[in-house]
Amino acid sequence: MRLVFDAQTRAGAFSLDAHFEADGGVTALFGPSGAGKTTVAQILAGLLRPDAGRVTCDGQTFVDTARGVFVPPHRRRIGCVFQDGRLFPHLTVAQNLGYGRWFAGRASRGGSLDRVVDVLGLTPLLARMPGRLSGGEQQRVAIGRALAADPRLLVLDEPLSSLDAQRRLEVLPYLERLRDDIGLPMVYITHSADEIARLASRVVVLAAGRVEFAGPVRDAMARLDLLHIEGAEDAGAIVEGRVAAHDAADDLTRLAISGGELIVPRLQLPVGTRVRTRIRSRDVMIATVRPTGLSAQNVLAARITAVDEEYGTAVHLRLACGDDELLARVTRRALRRLDLVPGRAVFAVVKSLSFDPAGLGVRTAQPSDRPAVDL
Amino acid sequence: MTDADFAAIRLSLRVAIWATVGSLPLGLAVAWLLARRRFPGHGLLTALVHLPLVLPPVVTGYLLLLAFGTQGPIGAWLAARLGVVFAFRWTGAALACAVMAFPLMVRAIRLSLEAVDRRLEDAAATLGAAPGWVFLTITLPLIAPGVLAGAILAFAKALGEFGATITFVSNIPGETQTLPLAIYSATQTPGGEPVALRLALVSVVISLGAVLASEWLARGAARRVTRR
Repeated sequence: MRLVFDAQTRAGAFSLDAHFEADGGVTALFGPSGAGKTTVAQILAGLLRPDAGRVTCDGQTFVDTARGVFVPPHRRRIGCVFQDGRLFPHLTVAQNLGYGRWFAGRASRGGSLDRVVDVLGLTPLLARMPGRLSGGEQQRVAIGRALAADPRLLVLDEPLSSLDAQRRLEVLPYLERLRDDIGLPMVYITHSADEIARLASRVVVLAAGRVEFAGPVRDAMARLDLLHIEGAEDAGAIVEGRVAAHDAADDLTRLAISGGELIVPRLQLPVGTRVRTRIRSRDVMIATVRPTGLSAQNVLAARITAVDEEYGTAVHLRLACGDDELLARVTRRALRRLDLVPGRAVFAVVKSLSFDPAGLGVRTAQPSDRPAVDL
Repeated sequence: MTDADFAAIRLSLRVAIWATVGSLPLGLAVAWLLARRRFPGHGLLTALVHLPLVLPPVVTGYLLLLAFGTQGPIGAWLAARLGVVFAFRWTGAALACAVMAFPLMVRAIRLSLEAVDRRLEDAAATLGAAPGWVFLTITLPLIAPGVLAGAILAFAKALGEFGATITFVSNIPGETQTLPLAIYSATQTPGGEPVALRLALVSVVISLGAVLASEWLARGAARRVTRR
């Protein structure tokens, strides 16, 4: 799958002028509200005609204003999951799921509805009416309905933003299964760094209708702070690892990562499961000698690779830790007094309790779009 | 009740049903145009549709007579080409009733159309439904109670239509003498009060039932469209 998006449009005081590309895997579209994320989604789906531009997907042109091409939404096979579900209120869950499938008709390749129902855990809901579902259930049905239409690309417009934290945790694993088990390319719109950390392989950052950054998720997570946008406090590094052991007595789990071992709150996952976690830069402390007598459980040997300037009193240190990169946010004063310069060997200290389950993702299968961290 | 009473009731029901069912497709189309499309003449069309509501019914009936009478341009053409005659027939009464009830029907359908969440239609389109299918499978089911309510309102209006009918197709017992016309005739006849009262009661019962049903359906429509 290869998507090339290039569109300019104007609505009142807002103007969008965005160019980006997406390939297989999950491309996150990140930015503050009003950045134009939903406008991009609508242009992709065909619900909005841009003033100018060209959108192509795998060689098929959806929009080309120069040549007067505009493919209507029903001929694009782009599945959409909206913030608010938008289930058809007069149809049962089963009928909602079957809706797009019916229009996809004989042209659709295999991929049975049963599988979608199974992956999303919808069996108990099939006979219900949408009005009787919880928010999380509605979103799962909405995702299933989009999938059942056999889309070539799934566009999700902040699918979790209308849900509370509990419901988000309920839906996120299903999205991971879509990515890993079904391998469907997705454009995932969000303003949550946690969701990006769990799901995305590439990130496109939008601000005021312009693309500020586009690149792999690791680079993006490290740069969120530099972009001076919402979520600056959430900058962090993505580390991949594997569940090595559980410590039942202390209710902890040991994760093997390339640079050593991380002890995190107990995960309900089998040993050997690949996980992906985000360590926020503000949760990482730096010591120049191996600290002792410390309550923090994770002390990782690392080497400073770069010092990123930041506005205000803090700077960001980039650390090489095994094959992974860590980020640490420290004050200028600490930088000066500890003489933290690139090349210096240090210890990164992370509290176990700073791991947020919302930022912890599971890889149920090995995708081909990015290399695995081999342990 | 006499045979003449029953004849008037049967004729009234036939006229009202035909007026309602016959104008429903056009009512849907016009309501859709007014609710969903912006075009030059939008205001004029709205005014035209509502005209029978504000014109004296006699004027509407007279205009119908001019257009659809045997000498009228449309009436003559229809009689010659299709053999359809409106003048002084029960079909003419149905036409007059349809025209008079049309604004009410269009208004009810338009309101329910405007209450439909357009984003549901967008969602249907992204699932592969062409516009016609979106209308049939999403829009129409969602507005169905509103359409039904509009139809019942139109039916009630058609049952009570007097001025346009008597002007256009006159007052012929068994052919164009609907309930209101029969009541009017009875009140003009010495000793006709019992007949007038009987028919008036029948009118009240039918109309009341229709309005109650319409209200009930309209509430159902609102629930259905806003339910999440």
